[in-house]
Amino acid sequence: MPEAIAPRFRAGDRVAVRAAYPIGHVRTPFYIRGKQGVVERLCGAFPNPEELAYARSGEPAQPLYRVRFRQPDVWPDYSGQANDLVEVEIYQHWLEPA
Amino acid sequence: MAVAAKARSGDNGSMADSDGPRGPHDLGGLPAGRVEEVEHDYALWEKRVDALMMLLGRKDRRLVSTDELRRNIESLGPEAYHGMSYYERWIHAIAQTLIQRGVISVDELGRKIEAVRAKETPRA
Amino acid sequence: MSHDHADHAHVHRSPPRPDQDDTLTYYRAMEIALRELLIDKGIVTAEEVRRQVEDMDGRNAGRGARMVARGWVDPAYKRRMLEDGSRAAEELGLDVGPLKLIVVENTPEVHNVIVCTLCSCYPRMLLGLPPDWYKSRNYRSRVVREPRSVLAEFGTLIPDDVQIRVHDSTADMRYMVAPMRPAGTEGWSEQALAGLVTRDSMIGVAVATTPERRRG
Repeated sequence: MPEAIAPRFRAGDRVAVRAAYPIGHVRTPFYIRGKQGVVERLCGAFPNPEELAYARSGEPAQPLYRVRFRQPDVWPDYSGQANDLVEVEIYQHWLEPA
Repeated sequence: MAVAAKARSGDNGSMADSDGPRGPHDLGGLPAGRVEEVEHDYALWEKRVDALMMLLGRKDRRLVSTDELRRNIESLGPEAYHGMSYYERWIHAIAQTLIQRGVISVDELGRKIEAVRAKETPRA
Repeated sequence: MSHDHADHAHVHRSPPRPDQDDTLTYYRAMEIALRELLIDKGIVTAEEVRRQVEDMDGRNAGRGARMVARGWVDPAYKRRMLEDGSRAAEELGLDVGPLKLIVVENTPEVHNVIVCTLCSCYPRMLLGLPPDWYKSRNYRSRVVREPRSVLAEFGTLIPDDVQIRVHDSTADMRYMVAPMRPAGTEGWSEQALAGLVTRDSMIGVAVATTPERRRG
C-alpha cells in the first residue's frame, strides 16, 4: 500500500484551483476551476473519487481541503454583497499555491 | 504562482465551453429558472432503489460505490440526465455498475425485466 | 438582529406521476428485476431491503433539530457540535453511520446555506432523504451564484450587512446549518425549541420558526 500523500497546505494558505478540463469523474466543479481562495481547513485524506469511479482503490488517500472563495472573485457579475463567500471541498491534486 | 485570469465564455452556461467539456450534472452557476419548492412523498419503488444502493454500497459488500453510481449517472448525457427522474437515474446507474463489475450479465437483466413485465403484477 | 421573513407557507406536493407504484414503467420493472436478481444470487435478502427502507424512514429532520436545540441551551455542546458534528450527533444517541458532518452556525453576522451542485449530497444519515427541490437543476445552478435571490424566493430576506456563505458539498463532508435561536424563547424546554427548527432552516433557505409563527 503506497504511503498516504502528505498535506501540502494549511488553513490560511492562499491556493488556486487548477484550470484543467479532463474528462472522467471529477468532483471539482467547473465554476471554481481557475479561481483563487484561502484554505479554511484540512478535512482529512480520502481515497480519490476519480479512481473510485472506475472501481479502483483510490489509494493513496488524497488530502481534502475546504477552500473559501469570495463570491466576487468567482462570478464577475456577482450581485450579492462583496464579502459573501462560497466554500468548496477540493482535493489536493487540484490545488496549487497562489 | 498565480493562475492567469481567463476570459470565461463558459459563465453563460454553454455546454460547448471553450475551456472544455462539462458534464450534464455540473450545474453550479448555470442560468436557470425559479426554484420550484416541490417535494413529493417517495414512492415505495424509489425507497427500494435507495435501499438497494445503501446495501450494495456498504463496507461489507462494496459492490457499487457512490463514485461509480455518480460516474454512471454523469455518463447518461444531458437529454437522459434531465429527462429521467432522480431514482430512474439511480436504478439505471446501479444496473450499469453491476454489469461493469460482472455481478450481473446483460442477458440476465434483459430476461428478468421481460419476465417482470410479462407478469405485470410486481412481487411484493 | 432579526431577519425579515415574508409569510411563507407553501410547500407544494406534486401530483402523482407516472412512475408511482401503480404503473409499471420500464425503470420500475428494472428495480424489481434487479432486486429479484440480487436476491436470487444471495447478494441481498428481501428482509434486508425491507429493513433498510424502514431505517431510512426513521431518519428525519427532527434528529437534527434536537442537536440544534441542545446547542441553543448548552454552549459547551454547541462548541463540540461545531467542532465535530458526527460525534455531537452520537452524543445524543443519534446513529449517523459513516457520516462526516460539519455543522455551520448562523450568527447575526453570517447566514449559511447548503447545496450540492454536482449531485445531491445531503446529511441523509442524520436528516433522512432530501426534498426534491434541493436536488433540482434550478437550485443547484443558482444558489451558489445568486444565493440572496434564491433565498428571497423562499421568502428569506437576508440583510445586506449579513454575510452569506454557500457551502457546496463536493466531496466527503456533509453539512447542516444551525439556525439562530429565535427571540422570545427564553426559558423554553429543549423539546419546544426543537419544534422551531425546521428542515429548511437546517439547509439554510429559511430561518427557524418564531414563536409568533408557531402560534399562528
